[in-house]
Amino acid sequence: MKNEKKKILFGEFVTGAGLARALEMGAGKVVDEVKASKLRGRGGAGFPTGLKWELTAKQESDEKFVICNADEGEPGTFKDRLLLMEQPEKILEGMAIAGFAIGAARGFVYLRGEYIYLRKILEDAIVSMTERNFLGKNIQDSDFSFDVEIFLGAGAYVCGEEFALISSMNGYRGEPRNKPPYPSEVGFRDKPTVVNNVETLCYVPYIVTKGSEWFKEHGTQASTGTKLFSVSGDVKHPGVYELELGITVNQLLTEVSGEGAKSVQVGGASGLNVAEKDFDKPICFEGLPPGGSIIVFNHKRDMLHVLKNFMEFFVEESCGQCTPCREGNYRLLEGVKMLEKGECSVRYLKELEALCDVMKDSAKCGLGQTSPNAFLSIVENFKTEILYR
Amino acid sequence: MSEMIPVQIDDITCEVEKGTTILQACKCAGLRVPTLCHHPDLEVAGICRICVVEVEGMSGLQAACAFPIRQPIKVRTNSPRVRRARRVNLDLILSEHYGDCYTCTRNGTCELQDLAREYGVDRYRYPSTTAPKFRIDRSTAIVRDQNKCISCKRCIRTCIDLQQVSALETANRGHDVLIQTAFNKPISEVVCINCGQCINRCPTGALRSNMPNELIWQAIDDPEKHVIIQTAPSPRAAIGEEFGYEPGTSVTKKLNAALRRVGFDSIFDTNFAADLTIMEEGTELLTRLKKALVDGDSSVKVPMFTSCSPGWVKYIEHYYPEYLDHLSTCKSPQQMFGAILKTYYAKKIGVNPDKMVVVALMPCVAKKFECNRPEMTDSGGKDVDFGLTTREMAVLIKESGIHLKDLPDEDFDHPLGLGSGAGLIFGATGGVMEAAIRSVYEIVTGRPVPFKGLDVTPIRGMEGIRDAALTIENPLPEYQWLDGITLKVAVAHGTANAKLLMERLKEGTLDYHFIEVMACPGGCLGGGGQPIPTSPEIRAARARAIYAEDHELVLRKSHENPEINQLYAEFLGEPLGHLSHKLLHTHYTPRGRFFLEGI
Repeated sequence: MKNEKKKILFGEFVTGAGLARALEMGAGKVVDEVKASKLRGRGGAGFPTGLKWELTAKQESDEKFVICNADEGEPGTFKDRLLLMEQPEKILEGMAIAGFAIGAARGFVYLRGEYIYLRKILEDAIVSMTERNFLGKNIQDSDFSFDVEIFLGAGAYVCGEEFALISSMNGYRGEPRNKPPYPSEVGFRDKPTVVNNVETLCYVPYIVTKGSEWFKEHGTQASTGTKLFSVSGDVKHPGVYELELGITVNQLLTEVSGEGAKSVQVGGASGLNVAEKDFDKPICFEGLPPGGSIIVFNHKRDMLHVLKNFMEFFVEESCGQCTPCREGNYRLLEGVKMLEKGECSVRYLKELEALCDVMKDSAKCGLGQTSPNAFLSIVENFKTEILYR
Repeated sequence: MSEMIPVQIDDITCEVEKGTTILQACKCAGLRVPTLCHHPDLEVAGICRICVVEVEGMSGLQAACAFPIRQPIKVRTNSPRVRRARRVNLDLILSEHYGDCYTCTRNGTCELQDLAREYGVDRYRYPSTTAPKFRIDRSTAIVRDQNKCISCKRCIRTCIDLQQVSALETANRGHDVLIQTAFNKPISEVVCINCGQCINRCPTGALRSNMPNELIWQAIDDPEKHVIIQTAPSPRAAIGEEFGYEPGTSVTKKLNAALRRVGFDSIFDTNFAADLTIMEEGTELLTRLKKALVDGDSSVKVPMFTSCSPGWVKYIEHYYPEYLDHLSTCKSPQQMFGAILKTYYAKKIGVNPDKMVVVALMPCVAKKFECNRPEMTDSGGKDVDFGLTTREMAVLIKESGIHLKDLPDEDFDHPLGLGSGAGLIFGATGGVMEAAIRSVYEIVTGRPVPFKGLDVTPIRGMEGIRDAALTIENPLPEYQWLDGITLKVAVAHGTANAKLLMERLKEGTLDYHFIEVMACPGGCLGGGGQPIPTSPEIRAARARAIYAEDHELVLRKSHENPEINQLYAEFLGEPLGHLSHKLLHTHYTPRGRFFLEGI
């Protein structure tokens, strides 16, 4: 990293400092501070975290829950895995602060099924934090008690969607639900629930200790803070990078030694394919999708093959509830296969692009609303390569 | 009064109660929003995405059926975006649906077909499914054709939420999603109770009843066969819907005329057998109560449950087999009638029972399973040969070129064609209980029930569970043991409500003496074999028709039916007598929690 002072998560951290500060501030002030920081969800959708907390805090209920969404499944994403592996205490502290802010006494880490090997690390961290009274009863001699349990997912990508996640925790098929009501009103066990991404929760202790103004020194006006990027593909140095939001694709490529890229998949399979002409665009909530997955393709890559891979993923991972996602993704994959064989007419390709628009417009959840992104952007960027093979 | 919210839908401004869905609001505003996965009886799913509308300020389109109005909103139901999304989603569904419309029983009543017509579909936008992929799954009652399934999950919401039977669930993900039974066993081998409610709510022909029409024609066309039809009370209050009548039009006498013209040799009224059931079941109730309350016989189980509904019988066999002793041993009216027809009546008219074919016109799909139960052969062969649903009968009538509306009124044949109003109201939830109360109270006290116009109103209506208490005062000498006792009865319709009662029975918090359960919502008039569509309003209209017809009858109590008394005098002897026991009573089979047999 060139600019050392711009690191947050990879900077210094003392377990418990954020929690202690939060207990001093009181729940209302914690919510205000997080709101003021303009922290937005790091899972990809970018919902303002402070607002989510405020909505949940407002609900009157005998029980509320905090869920840490560790169902990291977006193709090309592995930044939460790193946090779970190396910084579990930061996650747990973020959860405890969230619990304190909204009035919850229980939290759950919804751990991706394939990450079962990280369970032990998390469990040890819970034990260690409980021993030091950062979790458990009357945390740091306050009235606030907070326990964390681990809930293991079963390998469905769609369970990263918060309603599907809650549904699966409630013992049902992991399928998204209609909204409203939102989880802040009716969540786990029908109680108000905050669902936050692993990375989102990790920023919380910093915001509480160093203040929202300090946090806002990072990133852009609308996209504050830094972001972890999982960089893979045709680069010299793949890995997890902490970079400021608003960084351009070009800057990022320089950072990771990805010179000579033909295109970059920004935001994972459900993100956008960005061609060289757009490499000067920023990655942030007002720009290219900041989901965190960066897959770099060099000139040897067949973009239709890349697209097929993504579409196979979505056909496999759609929950199958709503028409646009269940049938739409299947039709798109079928279209890719027709393109492969040179059997797709220009007219039918237009039909499929219209289908993409309808999927984005009418699918029930984020999966179906974003799965056509790859199709649309790759077809747009590489029409000649795809059509005239 | 809950909060009112102003909404603007297209160019219409109105106020709706907070929590009203956009779909309901559109209906109030007189606008039609097309739906497919939505059904008035079922939980909201919001998955077909046909009813999508634009809501100002929201980025994507919203499902009108699933969007509760909580603050003032502006909605557009007919914008280019909306029309395009509906059309594309419809095209996606059509391309996966095996649409051989002319060979489909739902041709003309298919909601997908209606939508395709409404949207002017004249081609498949995406390559269509040209060959069936799945084998058809067939039980004696139900036929599942997954090739026509559009994954709207109405059947699942019917089976799991509405009926709480859970024979069907979603399997797999994405494009591979299938509606499946446990371990993909045939529907005949799982907990399906054959209520057929899924059929009534399937928008396409993916679920249907097992039609015996060809076999019935064979019997009718065979001059050596004496083909008898017995007609249950509910079909006559609903079959008119198949011929353009408004729901709630009773066509009893025109139906008789139609059946005669179709070619049935004798036309009898299942209400007669319902009266017979009341005689047997009422006597059984009194016998049980005496043994339990006076003799302290702990082997006798109270409360007693009715056993007329074959869906309910199979439900309790699967889910509460330890309570089978609570079920009345009485066969259902359909089966009692079959046993009487092939013994008493066969002898009376000098026909060999082997040459007799008994067809039962029923609102019910489970009746097909019931008449095929191995224990239903007390007459020597199958007591009832075919259960025929209202929908299937409509086909027989149409196929015969008969215009129901043009037919004269005709009566049933006799001596087994006279049924009381008490037998008639068997068709509505609470009807069996009301019929039983009318007779039992009068038999015990010598006086008619203390309700105006014999209407036992506390147990009428569409509440899921209803109950009533009736104190016996000054009974006749032989029933002195009932003096001062308050008889408590309850009525439940839909197996979800039955489950609530059974759970209370398990807890020991149930103090009823007699409980009527019908597997279908609304009772038989809402049966799985009744005309499609169904809705709370349609069922209420059918109930009104049944109760109105009861009021018009002179004979309204089962025990006053002269043809019943003639049957006992000439043949059966007395209720619960030796011959009754042989022909009119049965036993039940404990079944598995997941499968027909075993676990």
